[in-house]
Amino acid sequence: MKKIKISSNNILLLITVALFVAMYGAGCIVYGSKGFTHLQTFLNVLINNAGLICVAAGTTCVMLTGGIDISVGSLVAMDCMILAVGIEQKGMSSITLMILILAIGLVFGLVQGYLIAYLQIQPFIATMAGMFFARGMTAVICTEQVSIVSDAFFVGLSNAKINIPFGIGAYTNKKGILQIPYVRPTVIVALLVVVLIYLMLKYTKFGRSIYAVGGNQMSATLMGLNVAKTKMLTYVLASFLCSIGGICYCLNTMCGTTTQAGGYEMDAISSAVIGGTLLTGGVGNVIGTLFGVLINGTISALVKSNGKLNSSWPNIITAVLLCFFIVLQAIFAKIKEAKKA
Amino acid sequence: MSKIKSLTKKQLFLPIFSMILVMLVNVIYDIACGNPPLSFFQIATQTTTSGNTILFGRLIDVLNRGSEVAILAIGMTLVVSASAGTDISVGSVMSLSGGLCCMLLAGYGVTNVSEYKVPLIVGILAGIALAVVCGIFNGFLVAYLNIQPMVATLILWSAGRAIGLLLCNSAIVYVRVPSFQFLGSYCGFLPTPILVAALCILITALVLKFTAVGTFVQAVGINKKAARISGFNSSKIILICYAVCGLCAGIAGIVATSRIYSADTNNIGLNMELDAILAVALGGNSLGGGKFNLAGSIIGAYTIQAITTTLYALKVSSAQAPVYKAIVVILIVVIQSEPVKAYFKKLSAKKAAAKEAN
Repeated sequence: MKKIKISSNNILLLITVALFVAMYGAGCIVYGSKGFTHLQTFLNVLINNAGLICVAAGTTCVMLTGGIDISVGSLVAMDCMILAVGIEQKGMSSITLMILILAIGLVFGLVQGYLIAYLQIQPFIATMAGMFFARGMTAVICTEQVSIVSDAFFVGLSNAKINIPFGIGAYTNKKGILQIPYVRPTVIVALLVVVLIYLMLKYTKFGRSIYAVGGNQMSATLMGLNVAKTKMLTYVLASFLCSIGGICYCLNTMCGTTTQAGGYEMDAISSAVIGGTLLTGGVGNVIGTLFGVLINGTISALVKSNGKLNSSWPNIITAVLLCFFIVLQAIFAKIKEAKKA
Repeated sequence: MSKIKSLTKKQLFLPIFSMILVMLVNVIYDIACGNPPLSFFQIATQTTTSGNTILFGRLIDVLNRGSEVAILAIGMTLVVSASAGTDISVGSVMSLSGGLCCMLLAGYGVTNVSEYKVPLIVGILAGIALAVVCGIFNGFLVAYLNIQPMVATLILWSAGRAIGLLLCNSAIVYVRVPSFQFLGSYCGFLPTPILVAALCILITALVLKFTAVGTFVQAVGINKKAARISGFNSSKIILICYAVCGLCAGIAGIVATSRIYSADTNNIGLNMELDAILAVALGGNSLGGGKFNLAGSIIGAYTIQAITTTLYALKVSSAQAPVYKAIVVILIVVIQSEPVKAYFKKLSAKKAAAKEAN
């Protein structure tokens, strides 16, 4: 058996996973009577956060290059609005719209990536402009809330249930009806994205160059990597994943409003940070990000199960966790430095 | 020709240029609409229903509404310069300090009062003090634990507003006392926020001019290690910068709260951190730290407000305004970016070479 080397990066990932398990376990014990132990509760966390998982996977890639993308929340809002207005007011088919949205994601990423990689504009400023643009465009398209009801395919996709086979986690509820746990198609998409990005980061040339660029740009250049191209493609990838996430998000909310998905970019970033990705680049893993999203989702689920807590508590708990993790990261960094010296 | 060239090389050239450009758009629009061409600059007096004479006009409006961003830009400039990172928590800290101030003045759980529970000054000072504490917390994480500024301030970005909401019991707290509205309304004929912003800018400018603090901050920003070796307490300087940034956020928060005489925790300072960072960038300061120019940031702050006011004058709705803001931002930063500058330099060098050949 191959021995797994435990480095500080692995430890961070392990702590994230352990924290998730501990948190979920605590929830099962405290709120067991409210149905927290059912498999469906866990699957609901996945369903609610399918969009965020896709978006955060893209954000992780960008953060690995040492950049940042804060345009994702607004882009998700714009995607939802395009879907809603396209279906309800323009009568377009949802499949055309989905392809259109993915294409918009590519173009959006291309412009941002070009500005950042070739015109050397700071990622924060360039994506902030993207954020303003997408949020404003949402309002230009339509200023009212539009609910999606008329497209049969889209509504069907939103309500589609994929049952967990072999009766795992099935139970009979109080009325004696057998409840089979299910996931939505969005969850499958999100998990597929995570697996693909994981494999890409680990085994492809592009994935390895992302780590190289983030680790040390100068040595990446000296190694003969095309730093600017790698950076640009990463932003294209992030915006593309964000568009996929936008469709998943829309399948959950089934409406377009100007204010939705506000603060989504920070949810994505905090998930990545909790998952062990460093903002300076070069260190991180998309699996960690998945657990980061799950931790965020579990916090919301716990507060919802309690039912009495103020709705601002999830934010505060996330902030405390964030604080815990970054202090931990700082300590590991210090230990590493001490070892070197 | 050479005079123009040396002028364009000045750091303040671009911020001022963009400001003039925005004003020019106003003038052109006014001419196109048949209004008097200089109506943007017109300042008139008006008598309010309560009998006070006040100044009004678009220019005054820009100065008035831009006060919060200008105050924030002071702190943000220092933070960016010293730590090569941005403080994204200022908007949330604004809302937190406003929330605490109103909560103290009205009492916990009360949403509508017409007299103070505690003296006004206690509420205001408590709000500002809390903001300074937030700044010190950020500064500690950045300076002593070496955490990237954006991640460190992400904590309070998320928690600040949430704690503010908890303090106000998730409701909008109204304080309907005239003296509470003073900071956000008029002082004589001038809007008070303008005076507050001017005072903050003046104090900072004097401190920077007559002490070596500015040089310290720049030295730390350019090379933290080198600054420490040459005898500066780098970490302490960064901590102080963040504390000042918190102070600025607190003052801005109180002004914003006073403007609407209520603690609307959900909306005070929303996305204000982005405007503040933008102001710093528009002022020609590098977000990578080091040298800074306070005047540039201040001009940048008012430019942002001028853009917003212009858009409203052009009858663009507030929800759609960000589209144009984004385009303006992209244009300005692209002009300022190194590759574009290098390209223009090459172009002019080519022209000069062609001239010589002739």
